[in-house]
Amino acid sequence: MSNTLLILILLGLMALAYRLGMRRSQRLVGGPGGVRDLHSLPSYYGFFTAIWCGLPALLVLFLWVSLQSGVIRDLVIADLPEAVRALPPAQLGLVINDIQNLAQGNIVSGEVSLEMERAAAHYQRLRQTSFAASVVVVLSLALLGLSVGWRLVSPTFRARNRVESVIKWLLVGCSTIAIFTTLGIVLSVLFESIRFFEMVPIGEFLFGLDWSPQMAIREDQVGSSGAFGVIPLFAGTLLIALIAMLVAVPIGLMSAIYLSEYAGARFRAWAKPLLEILAGIPTVVYGFFAALTVAPFIRDNGALLGLDVSSESALAAGLVMGIMIIPFISSLSDDVINAVPQSMRDASLGIGATHSETVRKVILPAALPGIVGGILLAVSRAIGETMIVVMAAGLSANLTANPLQSVTTVTVQIVTLLVGDQEFDSPKTLAAFALGLLLFLITLVLNVVALHVVRKYREAYE
Amino acid sequence: MLSITPDTVVLGTARKSVITAGFSPVADDARAINGTVGDITSADPRMTARNVNVYYGDKLAINNVSLDIGVNEVIAMIGPSGCGKSTFLRCLNRMNDTIDICRVEGEIRLDDQDIYDSGLDVVPLRAQVGMVFQKPNPFPKSIYDNVAYGPRIHGLTSNKNDLDEVVEQALLKAGLWDEVKDRLDEVGTGLSGGQQQRLCIARTIAVAPEVILMDEPCSALDPIATARIEELIDELREQYTIAIVTHSMQQAARVSQRTAYFHLGELVEVGKTDDIFTTPRHRLTEDYITGRFG
Repeated sequence: MSNTLLILILLGLMALAYRLGMRRSQRLVGGPGGVRDLHSLPSYYGFFTAIWCGLPALLVLFLWVSLQSGVIRDLVIADLPEAVRALPPAQLGLVINDIQNLAQGNIVSGEVSLEMERAAAHYQRLRQTSFAASVVVVLSLALLGLSVGWRLVSPTFRARNRVESVIKWLLVGCSTIAIFTTLGIVLSVLFESIRFFEMVPIGEFLFGLDWSPQMAIREDQVGSSGAFGVIPLFAGTLLIALIAMLVAVPIGLMSAIYLSEYAGARFRAWAKPLLEILAGIPTVVYGFFAALTVAPFIRDNGALLGLDVSSESALAAGLVMGIMIIPFISSLSDDVINAVPQSMRDASLGIGATHSETVRKVILPAALPGIVGGILLAVSRAIGETMIVVMAAGLSANLTANPLQSVTTVTVQIVTLLVGDQEFDSPKTLAAFALGLLLFLITLVLNVVALHVVRKYREAYE
Repeated sequence: MLSITPDTVVLGTARKSVITAGFSPVADDARAINGTVGDITSADPRMTARNVNVYYGDKLAINNVSLDIGVNEVIAMIGPSGCGKSTFLRCLNRMNDTIDICRVEGEIRLDDQDIYDSGLDVVPLRAQVGMVFQKPNPFPKSIYDNVAYGPRIHGLTSNKNDLDEVVEQALLKAGLWDEVKDRLDEVGTGLSGGQQQRLCIARTIAVAPEVILMDEPCSALDPIATARIEELIDELREQYTIAIVTHSMQQAARVSQRTAYFHLGELVEVGKTDDIFTTPRHRLTEDYITGRFG
């Protein structure tokens, strides 16, 4: 018998409780005809009883499962010989791990001693006792809850209000899951960053012009300066994002104007979805398109013009990223342009403005805040984009404004810092968290500004 | 329901058709529309429409309407919802061009110029025949920029002083100057509904049109703002030719000199406003203005 089975039994009990509660409410008012005398519909009494039956039991089960392993571990440790207990925490953890593996029949790291076998048996016994106890406690709690809920059912009892307040708390719980997850991510990144800033001063990190995160493992190792200045990374990120926006904003905006103002219904019907397919292409596909097609193309043509183009240029990555972002801008701009009321167009055309004058002088100014909001969202997307730049932008942190040279971005560095076997107490690895935090703050600010601008736009016609 | 058969002349050389509408439970000859009753002509016409048909796709929205719009007069177009009065009004400055499925047949002239002539540019036409819409639709720009919009795009003024003068004159004529002269740089959408509609009228007259078309200009306004606009319409008559579509018969009676009654896409009766409201000649007109339907 496992916890899954226990949960299934609980669900069965809840179904039973539902029927019992519903039946009781009907019986109390003398059959289906008396439903009018009930405060709530019979099904609410059923739900109410089921909640009483299931909710406390499930909560206890959840707590039990989450606390059980820690308690058992402590009990096993307390029973170990004095010599083992005195081990440092890391080694003690290994021993406990071995005991658990032994108890579950998995592979053990070293020789199995008699003490370990005894400890494993102890561990196994404790687990069984704990499980048996949990079954008894949970099931008796469920039955107790069922009877309490069943007894509370009476014609004047406000079951609907109770059930709805439980549902409301359920909804609150669901909506906070995302918030707490975000908070958790931010905090974990923040704490790791703080550890990083204990090793590398924050001023050096923010304003350093040199990025070379190789740390010496041995004292005499060469070529491991360990410089953590983010300026070259952000310069590279901004350069690529700038190229991307230079591609995406004009193309996206103009295609939005064409689609919403000039295109016929039939052309629009197939052109718009086709444009939005661009947004559905996986970024890794854009990445090898940039690395294998666009970058060589730019290098070859640059060579023809006598330019020295790196094979992994910022230009290639930026161009392809711009293509990727086009649907963002065109789709958002199309929406805001369509949101400009027809009466504005009528007013302008009615005075004798041409179509293009109407677009330039009435529609675009009216839609501008929304368009700007869309562009800001696209910028934050461009800054956070990883796959294209990993494949096409290169790894060397050059501080340059020349788009034909290889640059690297924040996201690329995070990837390279964390790929492979790493130790989590070196500044090299922790630098990834600091970069992540900085990137998060920048995109957060951009998103807040964008949302603010978009919201302001919404009020424009009221 | 609707059978259309060709018939011969009722008015001048205009070809007319007979429509037997199915709305009446009893076959009532007096209610059949046998062409237009009354005098469609005007002594001094600015615009003349002859045999105008309008189709939305395959649907006939306006059937064979002929009407003159005279200089310095207000002509009111009344009729039940969906009778085609707004559609006809929008033909007069080709606003229907913006609707893809709309097709206009017949002849509409502005000062002897066929406005549906293929050689005619619609842009100057709309400057000559301005339009005020049902819902006030000022641009979300400043009051000044709203009025200056037309003069600017048509290049009517060469310097800022001239433009200031044009804006002031337009606002004066629209009776809005005193209320907004100290806050010309405020947003036009921040004005009250009646002020917004007068701003739209100012915007229209700033390009010095000959004709002003008004499509139910007061339907979104309160009675006081409505009275203000009606006064204004009467003043504007001195300088402009005005065609107004309205749902309010009282408004038609108050502001217009001539009235045209539309029914199911046909022009049923035209005449002097006083005559139409006191002695309507067509049974349908009488039913409508006495409130039997509509």
